[in-house]
Amino acid sequence: MIAIIAIIVTLVVLGIILAAVYNSLVTRRNQVDNSWSQIDVQLKRRHDLIPNLVEAVKDYMSYEQETLTKVTEARAAAIGAGNQGPQAQAQAENVLTDTLKSLFAVVENYPDLKANQNVMSLQEELTATENKIAFARQFYNDSVLTYNNKIQTVPSNLIAGTFNFSPRQFFAAPEEDKAVPTVDLR
Amino acid sequence: MGFVVTLLAALGFAIGEAVIGGTSGGIGLLGVFGIVAIVWSVIGYYSGDKMVLAVSGAHRVTHEDEPQLFNVVEEMTIAAGLPQAPAIYVIEDPAPNAFATGRDPQHASIAVTRGLMAALDREELQGVVAHEMSHVRNYDIRFATLVGILVGMIALIADFFLRWSFFGGSGRRRGGGDSGGNAGAILLIIAIVLAIVAPLAAYSVQFAISRRREYLADATGVELTRNPLGLARALFVIASDPQPLRHANRATAHLYIANPRKNKKDKAVTGVFDTHPPIQKRIDVLLAMAHAGPEALTDGAAPHVDEAAATQPPA
Repeated sequence: MIAIIAIIVTLVVLGIILAAVYNSLVTRRNQVDNSWSQIDVQLKRRHDLIPNLVEAVKDYMSYEQETLTKVTEARAAAIGAGNQGPQAQAQAENVLTDTLKSLFAVVENYPDLKANQNVMSLQEELTATENKIAFARQFYNDSVLTYNNKIQTVPSNLIAGTFNFSPRQFFAAPEEDKAVPTVDLR
Repeated sequence: MGFVVTLLAALGFAIGEAVIGGTSGGIGLLGVFGIVAIVWSVIGYYSGDKMVLAVSGAHRVTHEDEPQLFNVVEEMTIAAGLPQAPAIYVIEDPAPNAFATGRDPQHASIAVTRGLMAALDREELQGVVAHEMSHVRNYDIRFATLVGILVGMIALIADFFLRWSFFGGSGRRRGGGDSGGNAGAILLIIAIVLAIVAPLAAYSVQFAISRRREYLADATGVELTRNPLGLARALFVIASDPQPLRHANRATAHLYIANPRKNKKDKAVTGVFDTHPPIQKRIDVLLAMAHAGPEALTDGAAPHVDEAAATQPPA
């Protein structure tokens, strides 16, 4: 009699533990997916900010049409790359980042423009957006780390294997970005 | 935490047993104090943050009022993966300081002084905001409130008992039909000793906890920004400013990033009743994380990277 009760209690406890681990695996996986789409939210925000910036500086910078055109084209390319997979998208976004950097370097040469309230607030917004993209990617990587740890460590790896939880990839910077950028101050 | 609870329970039981007589007396008094503590905690838990913000003279700001501050807080919210950003408040005071309050990330607020925003650049501000949000993430406010309530209870019980035993206790004891005068006297002595020692022990534990959580907030703040130098330089700037914060008092001092009531002597050693660790120690810890020396504090925006050292493998 007691043996039967003991067995039932053990099974119930095991079942509860199993459910708890499974739930935490699901929660972690969902967080990884959510943080990935949060990166897209920030990227889209940047796409939306750029036309305002171009409008604000256009009239002052009549001799810098080439830079402005590059920015607009890079933005269009980045939006287009949205459905070509994460690799192509990341590359297009990096090109856009570079054109924006050139634009702000050029703005330094126009003191009226630099002091313009509109331009200053747009610059702050774009700096903030760049930071948010970076932090969103950082949080995505942190989520992937936690999730991968959970599905690979004992004992949760047993449950992860049974229910087909597969590891996720980290977001990695493309190789070109790892070179230290040179700033030409001439 | 457990130490404080046990101390409280022991104190209540000892006093109850000595005062009312018998184990049932001990348990009864424990229960009374327990109910008072629970009611007190519930009130503090739900409205504590509003009280603190009102006392500190903070007013709420929006994205339009303070775009950079708002953006920095949003960046840290994203890095921490919180569902929503805390409410942002500004205190019109020239002394640089900041605090965070709120029982959990959904009900959190961060307040920053005007002096802080003027004194720090974006990177340093980010470090300070990350530190404050880490207090929220680690549920430090909830934790500190509970510890504070319990410690306050211990102090109150001890105070109550000491007054009672000096002004009315002996009369009642002689009158009441108590069993065995000697045992009763020993219990009384134990209770008095506990009543004197317990509050001191509890306070020192409370302050030790506060110092630990400050170090933890520094470290988890760096976990958010991945930039220890930002916070290190911010602390350096805050420490160099001699002005005390006008709206801070002893009750709210522990919430701020640096002790707002500046002491004249710059302590290198931690006092037992300090709410914050010495700023120099905090800066040293952060510099060690960055593998940088003290020159990085006043260097300019980016730290120097020794090209030769950077390309050689670590020894």
